[in-house]
Amino acid sequence: MRYEAGTYDVAVIGAGHAGIEAALAAARLGCRTCVFTINMDAVGNCPCNPSIGGTAKGHLVREIDALGGEMGRTADEATIQSRMLNLGKGPAVHSLRAQIDRREYGKIMKHKLELQPNLHLKQAEIVEIAPEEDGVWRVVTRMDAVYRAKTVVLATGTFLAGKIYVGDVSYESGPDGLFPAKFLSDSLRKLNLRLRRFKTGTPARVLKSSIDYRDLEVQKGDEPVVPFSYDTEKPIRNKAVCHISWTNEETKRIILANIHRSPLFSGMIEGVGPRYCPSIEDKVVRFSEKKRHQLFIEPCGLDTEEMYLQGMSSSLPEDVQLAFYHSIPGLEHVVIMRSAYAIEYDCVDPQQMGPTLEFQDCPGLYGAGQFNGSSGYEEAAAQGIVAGINAALKVLGREPLILDRASSYIGTLVDDLITKGASDPYRMMTSRSEYRLVLRQDNADERMTPIGRKLGLISDERWERFQKKEQMKKRELERAEKTVFPPSEALNHLLVSHETSAVSTGVKLAELLRRPQLNYEILAPVDPGRPDLPAAVFENVEIEIKYEGYIKRQKADIAEMRRLEERRLPEHTDYTQVVGLRTEAQEKLNRIQPASVGQASRISGVSPADISVLLIWLSRRREG
Amino acid sequence: MSQQNTKTIAAISTPQAPGGIGIVRISGPMARKFAQAVFTSRSGKKLEELRGYQALYGRVHDGDETIDEAIALNFIAPASFTGEDVVELSCHGGLYLMRRVLKAVFAAGAVPAGPGEFTRRAFLNGKIGLTEAESVMQLIGAQGEQAARAALAGHDGALERKIVKIRETLIRTAAHLSAWADYPEEDIPEVGGDALAQTLVRADGELDDLLRTFDAGRALREGVNTVIAGRPNVGKSTLMNLLAGCERSIVTQYAGTTRDVVEDTVLLGGIPLRLADTAGIHLTEDPVERLGVQRAREKLEQAQLVLAVFDSSQELNGEDIELTEAVSSIPAVAVVNKSDLPPKIDMEYLQSRYRSVVTVSALSGTGLKELESAVSNLLQTANLDPSEGILFTERQRDAARKARDCVKESLRAVKQGMTLDAVTVSMEGAVSALLELTGERATEAVVDSVFSHFCVGK
Repeated sequence: MRYEAGTYDVAVIGAGHAGIEAALAAARLGCRTCVFTINMDAVGNCPCNPSIGGTAKGHLVREIDALGGEMGRTADEATIQSRMLNLGKGPAVHSLRAQIDRREYGKIMKHKLELQPNLHLKQAEIVEIAPEEDGVWRVVTRMDAVYRAKTVVLATGTFLAGKIYVGDVSYESGPDGLFPAKFLSDSLRKLNLRLRRFKTGTPARVLKSSIDYRDLEVQKGDEPVVPFSYDTEKPIRNKAVCHISWTNEETKRIILANIHRSPLFSGMIEGVGPRYCPSIEDKVVRFSEKKRHQLFIEPCGLDTEEMYLQGMSSSLPEDVQLAFYHSIPGLEHVVIMRSAYAIEYDCVDPQQMGPTLEFQDCPGLYGAGQFNGSSGYEEAAAQGIVAGINAALKVLGREPLILDRASSYIGTLVDDLITKGASDPYRMMTSRSEYRLVLRQDNADERMTPIGRKLGLISDERWERFQKKEQMKKRELERAEKTVFPPSEALNHLLVSHETSAVSTGVKLAELLRRPQLNYEILAPVDPGRPDLPAAVFENVEIEIKYEGYIKRQKADIAEMRRLEERRLPEHTDYTQVVGLRTEAQEKLNRIQPASVGQASRISGVSPADISVLLIWLSRRREG
Repeated sequence: MSQQNTKTIAAISTPQAPGGIGIVRISGPMARKFAQAVFTSRSGKKLEELRGYQALYGRVHDGDETIDEAIALNFIAPASFTGEDVVELSCHGGLYLMRRVLKAVFAAGAVPAGPGEFTRRAFLNGKIGLTEAESVMQLIGAQGEQAARAALAGHDGALERKIVKIRETLIRTAAHLSAWADYPEEDIPEVGGDALAQTLVRADGELDDLLRTFDAGRALREGVNTVIAGRPNVGKSTLMNLLAGCERSIVTQYAGTTRDVVEDTVLLGGIPLRLADTAGIHLTEDPVERLGVQRAREKLEQAQLVLAVFDSSQELNGEDIELTEAVSSIPAVAVVNKSDLPPKIDMEYLQSRYRSVVTVSALSGTGLKELESAVSNLLQTANLDPSEGILFTERQRDAARKARDCVKESLRAVKQGMTLDAVTVSMEGAVSALLELTGERATEAVVDSVFSHFCVGK
């Protein structure tokens, strides 16, 4: 029998990476918040890779942290190995990636939720979400508990109508053998949410002692470890290594000989898989010219012997998995502890949402994470914090938070999802940002912390530290522009030895830093007046100087972009009434309901001609 | 812009000259109604009963009075040039008749179409792309045969194809670089600096070539202000007559222009030359003559092309030298006239001072071909194949220039050893400039320029 179980300002459905950030942000903004998890032991679970960060994902973690989120701090606490990827490829693509102890990560996160004032963490399967007459949402659990909340964030991950596939075996399940959420989908369909099926997969976990490491390449962490969080002051140590191996012709042969037994190729799975994180059978079929594929053997934690085989996700039957894993050097006698599997789940068309991640036709209802069609922990957390903040701001009657593409990868992610939609699980990449020389991981605090502070998510202590760092950056920039080195023999020797031309007159530190061959470290011997500053400050100043021209250009592009972004389009517009728009554009605009002309211009199928029609229509509307 | 606000427009859409068939085009939501008001079919069938692309034979009338026999061709939105409902009334032509038909259509409720308004509507309705639209505008305004061909090539999408080719190369390379940066765990091979530089150098060259077509294209389209200069009696007028005479049938008279010095437009090798014959530029005491000299000098300064005429039968004098000095910074051809007389002129001097020296006999017409090719070479129209697609408008030129500058910047970054993220950002800048060029990317700049080009929103 149904019973009234309580009222909250914000209800969050799901305590994965999206739900956690949403719940913490809402509670920290002062809203009474309840977060529901289907299993109390799966809070902050990492059912796929035991790592946080990576290209562009590392940027997201930094931004979440700088905005006042939790992922970065917790990742730092659970890090067992860390590397800065893409060093040498340029500062825009430098990305932090850390192997984490996945149990430790979940444990820390759960405890943080438990300790958070204003926040209740409850185990329950949500089976119904429906609007009440007074604009409040009704949230009903499997146990018939009825909660009321002013706003709701859906962060159901891969649990929603989850179904696992291993070869021709399939069963209803969430990730890691957890229960799926079986009833909520129907309730969401009643709200006219457009649900569809996506799929994702994960590789096998294998027993450490069954791996032959002798011929495998070792991958060590970087020293010193750079933390994700601007809050982390305690040094982080590398405690584990990863190993690299390669598939071969035999692996390929085994996979191709059994491809008909894959549920993906036999048509059992209808869900769309991630283009950017394909299974090994996908890679073998799609890139048939490639003779071998790289894989990484990563520890799942410090107190476990389970090892993760990155790059080898599969939905082939267990016997085939065993056969092809055994074809790989080092894995000849490997013992599988958990099989690789594919999971299919319900998610929503994110084009139904606005830039706050609120559903346009369901005020007070928000979505985040895999539910929105993304893939990855970091992408989930990024949406979680946006949805949670906005769900809270709505309750508090405050202005919504809209992060545009030029502000952050978070903003780029949200804009891509709501504007272009997701035809397959969306993964963040640096190439998705046209402003990536400005949106770097080294300046995430500069971009996001003032926003977080204004919202109320940044403590006084942290704000002070941030301002101090900004001061240091500013002073060092000034010093670099002012400091002149006379043309000494020592300087010229240094210059020539780094294959850059000698100087005959005095030269500014900034001018030398602009030379691609030079950096702060190299110039240390000739720069005795250098103050003692944190490495992060030098890194930031060096990039700002070296890439000044590019950064300036991108900032000009941003200003141009924001002009169209400022031309707001009215909500709930019937674009079929706007004559001159092509039918395709009318349909898309009606479906997506862009917030601005700028967003409209990024919708595929909306041409510049349509944009000019929109602009004319807007100006006539204003006049009329 | 609602249906009610869209006016139905009409205009004579064939050249307004005496000729065979003339067409009055009516476009807009009321096109059929207005056409029906002035047209009665022989069969008694109404325009409303027709499907798209069907025609009726009948007569156009003004009230009870029949104006002409006509065929009414029916287009139903969006399957028409403008994307709106369109009726085309094909009549017998003749300026007077056509104007009467148009007047009757206006009386029925249509409003006169502004310049290029059919094209603007076609563009706004997504029927044609931006470069195509611009080409149509150019086609309307094209003066010479080559310009019309080039405009047609633009209309066919030749320019678009050329740009797309350059763009695809850049996109492919940038995509490779992005994959290399975004997927460090996949062993994606690094793009070597040399290969990258090669790609960029090629794109740079192609964009440079494209940019060169702009000036030449403008010469083809707008014509070239040309001054025939030289001291008295060297044969300027004879040359002028010769140039005008050989293309007399397509010479345009610029009647009523305020630029009284412009006397004639002639086509030389397909290039419209707006010819002006000037007085000499010698020093003189005569105040009236001095005024003439003054104007001649001003004219020279504004000229885009000078045909400096000399008399081969006479030695060069001070005035010849003075002229040569005066045109030293202007594209100029030395035209050595009176080749039929025994030569006395210092050809070596002329050859050292002019990029082109041509010997002609204005009287007999010999050397005209040589003059034609000298002018083409000088204006860089010689190697221009208009059907390959050329840059027409300043907007296109600016976008192409932006793209080229971005390519140069990325090339510089590669050569300096900058990190590849900076290189890709510049390459993407080039790509988006090229997207702007073809009108596939809507920045406000593009939209603004579209607005000003088509006088939208007034």
